[in-house]
Amino acid sequence: MSESFIGDNQKEKPRIRLGVIMVWVALLLLLTVLALGLVRTQRGSIVVGDPVPNFSLTTFNGEQVNLADYKGDVVVLNFWASWCTTCKQEATDLEAAWQYYKPLGNVLFLGVDYVDTEPEALKYLQEFEITYPNAPDLGTRVSQIFRIRGVPETYFVDRQGKLAYAQIGPFSSLEQIRAIIDSLLAP
Amino acid sequence: MNSLYLKRSLIFPFLTVLALLFSVFSITPVLAQQSLPTPSDDQVNAIAKELYCPVCENIPLDVCGTQACTQWRDLIREKLSQGWTANQIKDYFAQQYGDRVLATPPLRAGFSLNWLVYIVPPLAFLLGVFILVRALRAWKVPAKASTPTQAQNLNEAALSTPENEYVARLEEELRRRQ
Repeated sequence: MSESFIGDNQKEKPRIRLGVIMVWVALLLLLTVLALGLVRTQRGSIVVGDPVPNFSLTTFNGEQVNLADYKGDVVVLNFWASWCTTCKQEATDLEAAWQYYKPLGNVLFLGVDYVDTEPEALKYLQEFEITYPNAPDLGTRVSQIFRIRGVPETYFVDRQGKLAYAQIGPFSSLEQIRAIIDSLLAP
Repeated sequence: MNSLYLKRSLIFPFLTVLALLFSVFSITPVLAQQSLPTPSDDQVNAIAKELYCPVCENIPLDVCGTQACTQWRDLIREKLSQGWTANQIKDYFAQQYGDRVLATPPLRAGFSLNWLVYIVPPLAFLLGVFILVRALRAWKVPAKASTPTQAQNLNEAALSTPENEYVARLEEELRRRQ
């Protein structure tokens, strides 16, 4: 009787240990998955000097724009939205800068419409007579690459395809935009 | 001449009926669209409460007061008036702005951690129940354990009598022989 009691105890101990191990393994697996997810999310962020990963956007006119196609050019990537009041402050200056650099053919202005509705976005483009390519950021994929904190934000990609400058908030003047682009065009 | 007149008299009504039929069929979808009533705020908010605008995080779209959210609600109203279903509208928003705008994370193919939302809470609950049951059992064990100890003490007390000493020795002897 006493032997069988001892025997049961001996059988129970490994079972409990196995359960504890399984719980720990499950917990570790969960933490690993979460860590991988976090790493994947963080991987998108880029800082000045980093190469900008390629992305493609379909403009409101239906044209496909691939960043990789503009290697060798300076790319001005402006994030905006029609509901953004401060975006309106710089809209005219951005268009004026585009009109200035457009004949050179080595600067691309690309507007990225962030979390916006198409009818309002089109009204905005019409109101400020913006002619450079503009595209909705479908699924906020491009804004996640840059991990934008709000709008407006403008990113300058140099001729080597690296992030050269990030303007958080609106530009103060047309001269400011030109000064940044000129420095990137300088040999 | 008479047969030609007869033919004409048959052709013209036939063409008229055909033209009327075409016009009726071509107008029907337009009439169907126009007949949809303007969606009410409640209808819009029923969908809006299942969406979150990324601009104002953690605020459901139905109670968010920013201009971006107002535009989104207008878009929902527009889509509803076009005859879109709630699921179609939610899919559209997810496609336009990403899955994060949905209040309930969808299960999609490919690498996604959305499934964790459906698995972790039940697992955590089960783990909690398991820990609770074990803790309750652990509290019961000392009470059970006291019974054999008491019985042991009683046995020892009983064994201390001369008669029982004899029985104990006898049992010991039997055990040896076995």
